[in-house]
This record gives sequence, C-alpha cells and structure tokens, in this order.
Amino acid sequence: MSAPGISCRHAFSGALLELAREDRNLYAVCSDSRGSVTLDAFAKALPQQFVEAGIAEQDAVGMAAGLAKSGKRVFVCGPACFYAARSLDQVKVDVAYAGSDVKVIGISGGVSYGALGFTHHSLHDLAVMRAFPGLSVFLPCDNYQTAALTRHLATHAGPAYVRLGRGAVADVYDAAHPVAFVPGQAVLLHEGTDCTLIAVGEMVQPALGAARLLEAEGIGVRVLDCWSIKPLDAAAITRAARETGLLFTLEEHSVLGGLGAAVAEVVVQTCPVPMRILGFPDEFAPAGSSAELFQHYGFTPAKVADRIREALAARAKR
Amino acid sequence: MIFKAKGGHIGGSLSSVDILTSLFFHVMHYDPANPADPARDRFILSKGHSVEGYYCVLATAGFFPEARLAEYGSFGTMLYGHPTLKVPGVEIPSGSLGHGLPVGVGMALAAQRDGLSHRVFVLMGDGEQGEGSVWEGAMAAAHYQLDHLVGILDNNNLQISGEVDKVMRTASLAEKYASFGWAVREVDGHDLAALNAALESAPWEPGRPSLVLAHTIKGRGASFMENKAGWHHKTPTQEELALAMDELERAAEES
Repeated sequence: MSAPGISCRHAFSGALLELAREDRNLYAVCSDSRGSVTLDAFAKALPQQFVEAGIAEQDAVGMAAGLAKSGKRVFVCGPACFYAARSLDQVKVDVAYAGSDVKVIGISGGVSYGALGFTHHSLHDLAVMRAFPGLSVFLPCDNYQTAALTRHLATHAGPAYVRLGRGAVADVYDAAHPVAFVPGQAVLLHEGTDCTLIAVGEMVQPALGAARLLEAEGIGVRVLDCWSIKPLDAAAITRAARETGLLFTLEEHSVLGGLGAAVAEVVVQTCPVPMRILGFPDEFAPAGSSAELFQHYGFTPAKVADRIREALAARAKR
Repeated sequence: MIFKAKGGHIGGSLSSVDILTSLFFHVMHYDPANPADPARDRFILSKGHSVEGYYCVLATAGFFPEARLAEYGSFGTMLYGHPTLKVPGVEIPSGSLGHGLPVGVGMALAAQRDGLSHRVFVLMGDGEQGEGSVWEGAMAAAHYQLDHLVGILDNNNLQISGEVDKVMRTASLAEKYASFGWAVREVDGHDLAALNAALESAPWEPGRPSLVLAHTIKGRGASFMENKAGWHHKTPTQEELALAMDELERAAEES
C-alpha cells in the first residue's frame, strides 16, 4: 500500500477545471461549498461557467437542471449529506425523472466529516440514489479512478450521482497499469477462489489488505472494486458467487440498502450463496474521525480478515 | 377530460387557463413543429396539478393533436396527471411543488450567460408559496438580475384544505417578492387584455425579475365551482358537467 496521496475531491476538481477550459458548456454549481469541494480555482478561472447558489441545495439542483435543459453539462457539487437528503426531491424529479445532464457530486461522503456527527454523515446515499430510475451511481476509491470518472462524466450525457471521500487516500490504481473504467464493470483487483470480497470507495484498501493477510495463510480471496454501483456488474457478482461460494461486501454505508443490498439482490436471484454484509450498523455512530470509526466498526485489514476466517470456518463445519 | 378520467385538478386548471391562453396565444414565441428551438420562450408549469388546462392549451397550440386529449388518464397515455417530458412542449416534469422557480432560474441564467434574449415564464400557485425552495429560487433570480425571468402567481386564495390564508397565512406576496428584489405587478388573472399587457411588457425594470400577481378565481367559469376548495380535485357528475359546459358556452357567445 502506498502512502496517502491525493484526495478524491482534489482529483475531481483538478480534472474538472482542465475539462471545463476546453468546453465552455461545462458548468459547476456550488452551495457555499466551493472551498470544501476545492473548486476555488475553477470559480476564479472560469467565472462564466461557475454558479453560486448560496446555502440552498434545493435551488442548486433545480438551477443545475435548468442550466442542463439549456444545453449545459452541469456538475452540482457539495456535501453528500445535504445533496442526498435536503435536495433529494430535486434529484428525483429535476434530474432523474427529467433525464437532465446533471452530475450530482456528493463530497465528503460517508463518515468523512467524522466527529461532526450524524447531520454530516451520508450513510444512506447509495440506498436512495440507486432507487431512482435513470440515475447512475458511482463511488470511486482513489484519485486515479476519480479523475478517469470525471473525464467520463464530462463527455457523456445523462444524470449521475457520485460520492467522493474527503481525506487523502492511498492509490489503488496507477498510471503505469492503466485500467479502463467502464460503467457497469467491476474491477478485479485480487484473484482468489475461497471467497469473494466486494468493496467500494475507501473500503477498497482495507479489503485488499485483508486479502493480502489471508493470502499469506493460503486463503485465496477474490477482491472486486464495485465502483459502479449502478449500473451494477451482475455478471461478475454471479460469477464470483458460482466460483467462490461465499461473498462479503464492505462499504462505508449503512448495511441497509447499499452495496451489500445491491449484491444480495443479484445473487439471491442468480446463484444464492452465503453472504456477509459489512458496513455501518443501523445506529448513530459515536463521535470520532473516519479512521477511528473504521477501527471501531472493524473496517481494517486485520478485522475484516477475522470475519472472513470465521465465515470460512463456519462453512467448513457444515 | 376530468369527467372521463374520473380524476384531476379542475379548480386550479380553470383558475389558470386564462393565464395560459395569454402566454401561449399572445405573448410567447415558439414553434410547435420545433419544440427544441433554442430561441423559444420557455414555460414551466410549477403548479403541475393544473395539467388539464395546460394539455388543452398545448394541443390547441399545435404541439400534439387535440384528439389525443381523450387519452388523458387512460393506461399508458403520455398524458399523466402531471406534466412529463413525454408531452411535446413540456420543458420539465412537475407535480412536486416548489421546483419550477429554481429550474426557471437555471434556464434564465443560461440564456443570460449565452447572450440570448428569450424569456422564461414560471406559473406558480399561491398555496405553493409555502415551499421553501420557492424562496431560494426567488433570492437567486434577483441576485443574478434575471430580468428575462417572469414569475406568475395564480392567486386564487384556495388550496386543498381551504383558504390559503387560513391553511398558512402568506401575508403580502407582492411585498415579499418586492423585498426580494423583484418588480411586481398585480392584475386581474381573468382579464386577458390586462394579462397580455403585463406579460408582453416584461421585463419592466432592467436587472430585476418580474412577478405577475394574478388575482384569479378557483373553478372560474362554472358558477357552482367558483371559490370552492372542494373543487380542487373533485370530479363533476354528468349533470354538473352539462351545467358547467352550458355556462362556459354562454359566456363564450357573450364575449
């Protein structure tokens, strides 16, 4: 694992500015969030393509839809906790139902804001966003994947929701080993046949760490980066169920309605196998940084490896 | 339409149909053969439940054949009980209140930045003014000096539960919009000449969005429906339909 590098929001804003310089119809809309999104440079360099909505997420999303219906490709950016709740009706109607070319960028998602508490957590966003027809849902895990996704969104029409984390994250991918990120395709990061661990976002690193720990013990864990929550790679998930017979999901999201639910919806209908959903339990998290919360809930390589050993032992007993 | 479908929002459709008539047959520039014409004036029915009058006006304006109005409320029709993009001429789906003004702000802002001179009209209800997102949009419209944005308030003073001022007092909507930085004019929302004059002449003040506060009567044209909250979404009986049609036809002959 390399040292923490660039945060996904910096990777996003850097790529967006570069793309917007070449495309005057590419717009960014913020809700007093240009600093937290790291779009200050964009606002300064391209004021004609930047729109400030003030502290008004509903207006920000509505305006973004109006701009999009006038030929703009609009990235409306701010904290995921507010865009996935306060303006959810606008995302549902003005973006998804209207098929608007709006990308809703939820920054500092999950528990990125840590001790700021439940008001600032978005552990429900995948559950609500993936239930809207026509809205794609993505959760990249590092700066390389985020930049690639930003380039994709800037050149493809249609509504999307993207959740980005706040802090600097270690690279999962690198330019020397290019990966084509195609919506609807999970990325195979680690091969194995004893079980499969499907992870997203900042949980991809601990998933890989757990797989490496277990590899040393002769346990083969297949790791999939399921960055494209919708469209979902049902084929890779079904193949993993058939070939490895035991599935784990790991996500910075409630265990209700997120990646685990999405994966379960596939396998119960295609190839039912035992499955464990690892994520935030249905409770209000204690105060703590995201790292402390990951530790508290066991989203570390060692603790995830423990859960996998337990499940493999239980399977061996049957 | 409402009689046949056994459901709809007849009261609000009748209070706003004169406003729609003014917009679509006197004020707005558009080409029904080319609904995506970038130079067209935009119209958003933010009070999406007043859809029956809107569909009639769109059909009469030539966006789709009038014969298709008979489909309203039937299985699989494009004519849902609220406007959708399946219907030619509709700019944005609506039905959830408080959405139209922010979307109209985005459209007017795009036109301003692209140096285009078309106008954006947003028709809202007075009960709808209870939605906070209306005021977010009102603030942004004035902030960005969107003088090609025209808000129209169908002020019939009735909502589903009764009189608007008894459900939740709005106080002076004219003063509220004025204090947000809008230019405001009050008109009789059933006086076509007054509506035409106000809507055609907007913007009235450079750098300010315009609000036409249209005083209207819910259920306008059918005496037994007028000013009755119960007619927000009631379906008329065969007898009531005949009576209303008779009254409307006599009024049309007299005008």
